[in-house]
Amino acid sequence: MTPRQRRMALVALIVVGVSISTALALRAFRENVTFFQNPTDVSAGKVKPGQRFRLGGMVEKGSLTRTSGTLNVSFSVTDFNHSVPVKYDQVLPDLFREGAGMVAYGRLDASGTFVADEVLAKHDEKYMPPELARSLKAGQAAAAGGAGGGAAASGAVTPSTGGTP
Amino acid sequence: MLVEIGHFAMILALALSATQAFFGLTGAALKRERWMSVATSAVTGQFLFLALGTATLVHAFVVNDFSVKYVANHSNSALPLFYRVAALWGAHEGSLLLWICVLGVWSIAVAWRGAKLPADYLARVLGVLGVVSFGFLLFLLTTSNPFERLLPAAIDGADLNPQLQDFAMAIHPPILYAGYVGMSVSFAFACAAMLEGRRDHLWARWQRPWTVMAWAFLSCGIALGSWWAYYVLGWGGWWAWDPVENASFMPWLAGTALIHSLIVTDKRGLFKSWTLLLSVAVFSLSLLGTFLVRSGVLNSVHSFAADPARGIFILSFLVLMIGGALALYAWRAPSLGSDVGFEMVSRESFILFNNILLAVATAVVFGGTLAPMIADTLGLGTLSVGPPYFNPSFLIPTIPLVALLSVGIHARWRRGQLSLSKQRILGTLAVAVVVALGVVYGIYGSTRLMTPIGAVLGIWIILSSLVDPLLQLRRRIALPVGVIGMTVAHIGVGIFVLGITFVESSTIERDIALARGQSHTIGGYEFRFLGVENMEGPNFDGVRGHVIVTQGNKVVADLFPDKRRYFVQGTVTTKAAIGAQWNRDLLAALGEDLGSNSWSLRLQYRPMIRFVWLGAAIMALGGVLTLFDRRYRTAPVAATASVQTTGEPVQASS
Repeated sequence: MTPRQRRMALVALIVVGVSISTALALRAFRENVTFFQNPTDVSAGKVKPGQRFRLGGMVEKGSLTRTSGTLNVSFSVTDFNHSVPVKYDQVLPDLFREGAGMVAYGRLDASGTFVADEVLAKHDEKYMPPELARSLKAGQAAAAGGAGGGAAASGAVTPSTGGTP
Repeated sequence: MLVEIGHFAMILALALSATQAFFGLTGAALKRERWMSVATSAVTGQFLFLALGTATLVHAFVVNDFSVKYVANHSNSALPLFYRVAALWGAHEGSLLLWICVLGVWSIAVAWRGAKLPADYLARVLGVLGVVSFGFLLFLLTTSNPFERLLPAAIDGADLNPQLQDFAMAIHPPILYAGYVGMSVSFAFACAAMLEGRRDHLWARWQRPWTVMAWAFLSCGIALGSWWAYYVLGWGGWWAWDPVENASFMPWLAGTALIHSLIVTDKRGLFKSWTLLLSVAVFSLSLLGTFLVRSGVLNSVHSFAADPARGIFILSFLVLMIGGALALYAWRAPSLGSDVGFEMVSRESFILFNNILLAVATAVVFGGTLAPMIADTLGLGTLSVGPPYFNPSFLIPTIPLVALLSVGIHARWRRGQLSLSKQRILGTLAVAVVVALGVVYGIYGSTRLMTPIGAVLGIWIILSSLVDPLLQLRRRIALPVGVIGMTVAHIGVGIFVLGITFVESSTIERDIALARGQSHTIGGYEFRFLGVENMEGPNFDGVRGHVIVTQGNKVVADLFPDKRRYFVQGTVTTKAAIGAQWNRDLLAALGEDLGSNSWSLRLQYRPMIRFVWLGAAIMALGGVLTLFDRRYRTAPVAATASVQTTGEPVQASS
């Protein structure tokens, strides 16, 4: 091969390699992106059973039940309009409690129960995922009352940034 | 009063940074020696005022001056002294101040070490650093002032986020920032070369050690962050592809490409414009990383709206710096051609592959990290991108990257004669395959395809890094320090790859409910839960569990995982207990009290996880070793002579 052909071969190799990896990465992206849904979206049938998504809302007061001797818990998540039953079988995060916000990853089973595989632990009292705060605000507008979604939205900064005393 | 003095010192530092930028850049352009020396003095002055300003704020933290808003928001009188000092960089304003201080330290190091550089080149470097410093100081003083008073003063502070009250987290930000900021030194060297319109490639030799140093800091900083997340967040993972982690990982990936392309530019005068472009990219990613993490934009693009001044300033600063640098590049790059060539299997082309693959890897991380923000801005819905995307996509460029490392390490400069090294390549590969398969199927017994691939690649890198230096030593050829550093760094890569391979494929995690006295066995280790007792700390109380781990009849770990409730913020944190040994970690964390002496527990067995951080540390060590190479000790004048012999035209530097 002449130097020129060699250079062309090198360039072609690089172009092909980069295109293949871009295509594969884009495919992985399309298949693995998870969308955020609130209980109203879920009850409107926006999510197909088996599709993995993020569910956010308030843990409904008085809905938490445990199966003794195991980690199995079930509770309801509400946006003050609709609520979705949730099942989980791992350790719940420190800040999880009834009446507080939560975000979970998981899928809907055939009966419409959300089977969570991860319940998010990263938010403290002052921080709430912004999409959750927004979604709760919308829910509250429909059903007036309930606790601090709006206040949480303004406090939505990095977890390490505390509020004023 | 002291804090006001500090505030005033920062304003003076701002003025001096402007002086440094103006006299550095115009002095070099007009060739006025007096002006250029003003820039050098301005660096020293600025450093002193920065130190004074920071000292007053540290003092406010130490004496619990809660009339300072930042102290009141992020410290507390019950907080131990060490964390009161570390609380300085616990949030946005203080991190910015830390960034600026670190830049001050780097700048003074450049001014001091750079005395050997041509005066106008040094003046330009300091000028560019002055511009960066000016931008950050202006941002600090106008939008994020940590010296602001709180009236009336708070009785006590709101405390530091409990998760940050930890040794690794206290030292992680300064080290990480030393890396970020070091990349702006590297950027300043590249900009100075472009401003001057140098047609030689001596700047690459001058830029190299600073870039490697910054890269080593960045490596350590990221590893510390990962280690912290592992034992403080209590879920046991060492990397979650969290946007905060990615923000520091992107400049590292691009920086790794840069230290390699700088080698080619330094030794062969090739890839000049690519190296310059890469320097700009690494700096841009460092800026982006700083701002992504600290501006709150990661949580929501809408949090910009909460403080529009900050958002607009950050965006304008990014656009000005990156846009300016790219414009400079567009102006100068066309004159940077090189007339030397190289062949397909030469060392140059392997480093080219390294750079392309690292660029693809950076793009993969960049896309996944910024996609949610872009989608949110465009109103395409709220989406999240996690490990299911990052894990497979990141492997696409990195598997060929580490495989080509083992081959390319034998390649020579300029001329491709891999056939001479064929024996070594195939020999090391054969040994690697045998050892790897032995370890994988003999010890860990994994069924995943990636496990043997990762194990072979990891061992292969270590063997092929060692083989050439060892053969040279046997023939009694002294090894340059640079080669030793390179070998050490590449062995670090191999150890890192092995760590990831085994921890990702053979980890066992179990969340389980255990009553006092009950036990559960995972991976041959029996975890026995002995109950919990109350505990008290300086600013927290809580419960401490006791878990004994036995293997066979031998006790291998005595674990005390705890759950703390911090008084001030009322937050509860879970501290996992880890029984570490070189080849495995045993982790236990407390979940919830299930009543009647029963607790939910998180139990994990993680093989070879130490190799991940050890590998990163060894990479950084290798980088630091290369700094002691004789190459950097020779005066620029002597270096010029060697350049001329390679046929590069050297512009007379006045």
